[in-house]
Amino acid sequence: MEYELHLFIITGIFVILALSLNLVLGYLGQPALGHAAFFAIGAYTSSLLALNAGISPWIGLFIGASFAAISGMIIGHLTFHLKEDYFGLATFGFGLIIYSGINNLTDVTRGPMGLPGIPQFIAFTDLYNSLIFYCILILLFVLITIFLTRRIIYSPFGRVVQSIRDDELAAEALGKDTRQVKIMIFTIGAFFAGIAGSLYAHYITFIDPSSFNVMESILVVLMVILGGMGTIGGPIIGAAVLILFPEMLRFIGIPDAVAAPLRQMIYGFLLVILIIKRPQGLVGKYKLW
Amino acid sequence: MPFLILENLSKHFDGNLVLDNVSLQLKERELVAMIGPNGSGKTTLFNAISGFLKPDQGKIIFKGIEINNLPPNKIARLGITRSFQRIRLFHQLSVLDNMLLAARYNEGEKLFSALFRTRLIHKEEEENIKKSLEYLSFVGLFDKKDSLGENLSFGQRKLLELAMAFASDADLILLDEPTSGVFPETKAKIIQNIQKLNEDGKTILFIEHDMELVMRLAKRIIVLDHGKLIADGHPDEIVNNEHVLDAYFGKRKSYA
Repeated sequence: MEYELHLFIITGIFVILALSLNLVLGYLGQPALGHAAFFAIGAYTSSLLALNAGISPWIGLFIGASFAAISGMIIGHLTFHLKEDYFGLATFGFGLIIYSGINNLTDVTRGPMGLPGIPQFIAFTDLYNSLIFYCILILLFVLITIFLTRRIIYSPFGRVVQSIRDDELAAEALGKDTRQVKIMIFTIGAFFAGIAGSLYAHYITFIDPSSFNVMESILVVLMVILGGMGTIGGPIIGAAVLILFPEMLRFIGIPDAVAAPLRQMIYGFLLVILIIKRPQGLVGKYKLW
Repeated sequence: MPFLILENLSKHFDGNLVLDNVSLQLKERELVAMIGPNGSGKTTLFNAISGFLKPDQGKIIFKGIEINNLPPNKIARLGITRSFQRIRLFHQLSVLDNMLLAARYNEGEKLFSALFRTRLIHKEEEENIKKSLEYLSFVGLFDKKDSLGENLSFGQRKLLELAMAFASDADLILLDEPTSGVFPETKAKIIQNIQKLNEDGKTILFIEHDMELVMRLAKRIIVLDHGKLIADGHPDEIVNNEHVLDAYFGKRKSYA
């Protein structure tokens, strides 16, 4: 039972992450390829605050998310004028910068050795109780993220966001301040990614740079595209499939050394099939290309 | 004071002069056609007025405000709307959503309004929906209100574009070849809609190649050639203007 609860929690954290990327990728139509950077900023900020300054994870969660949001805003200011692949490359680069930052600033982040002993939100003595607590906590944050995404998207503001995905120039010609809207969505997306990062850190209690590398960004992009961009259900399904699927490989009895590369191959294969056969994803409505 | 003033507008592209010292004034409620051979700078002039292209020299003054340094979205909000030669719609949004994007919002389109929905914002949205549906009925697209933009035929897209111009509440409407490539019936509908827009008090400047339509619709014609304004006047004067005949029918002199 503990194993299933753990999978539920991890899936939930990635659902939040995928939903936050979906705002940028699915609704705004901007191929952000460095989303793990905001996940990392949230995770490292609140972990370091907890470890070095003794700040409660409850407060650190929001400070971490705010830091992520501020970096999202800065990235938005720097990249709002970039189109498609150029935007993708710029955000990819940002992901690399943050990754090598946490990898090399060993005085602060301990680099590849990682940060052990991150405090949990509530210290339980019993593992089962702790897992139940985290299930409820994560579920709550998933619901909040869904609620706010719906609130933002099903509104005249959300309509403007989606018009930028379809034709930025036409939106501009209709008097929409596309630059401002883009920066707002980057900021909100980064905020929720920061929340997910902080939840992850205070659940796992150990983080190192490998959880926030480029492959992690790609994995989140995959979740959104596989499930379906521009829907709420899509990223949820995408995150669930891509978290639970590798676990299933484990049960088939494939050794870990084979399972890891096999997983990557299957992801790649899935993506190729999907882009050709169903570019809008499993349950999606919108096509980016 | 004139509604729109262009003062000595010039624009170079890689050493080519695409707008050459163009000066022009439009009065409120005018219905003006712009003609000229391909590459004469008509669309460039539209791009300059709507802010998508910054002129190298010259001034654009709209309702007494200098707009040549404003971004397109600010210019649009001052009351200038434009169509594009290659139709630009929101393909993955419904026809009604397209209309609502053209409609004017004071509060509703802000992020704050999305998060905290007040009665006022609901009212604004409802009024815009009501108006949009009226305009859609007027151009004959009411039945299509829930279709996606990408599922409309070419002619329907042209009509939607016009309906969006209605909804935009703009005072100056720039139309880039509004009837090119559509069936005669749709063309008649589009002409009727342009006239209606004009009667409603809108100032309209449109680019058109169909001279019969131009003669029927416009009360004033502007002719561009090689980026220069070579004629400006009543349709009857224009058809007999020597420069215009040269530009269109050869015996071409260089005006550069």
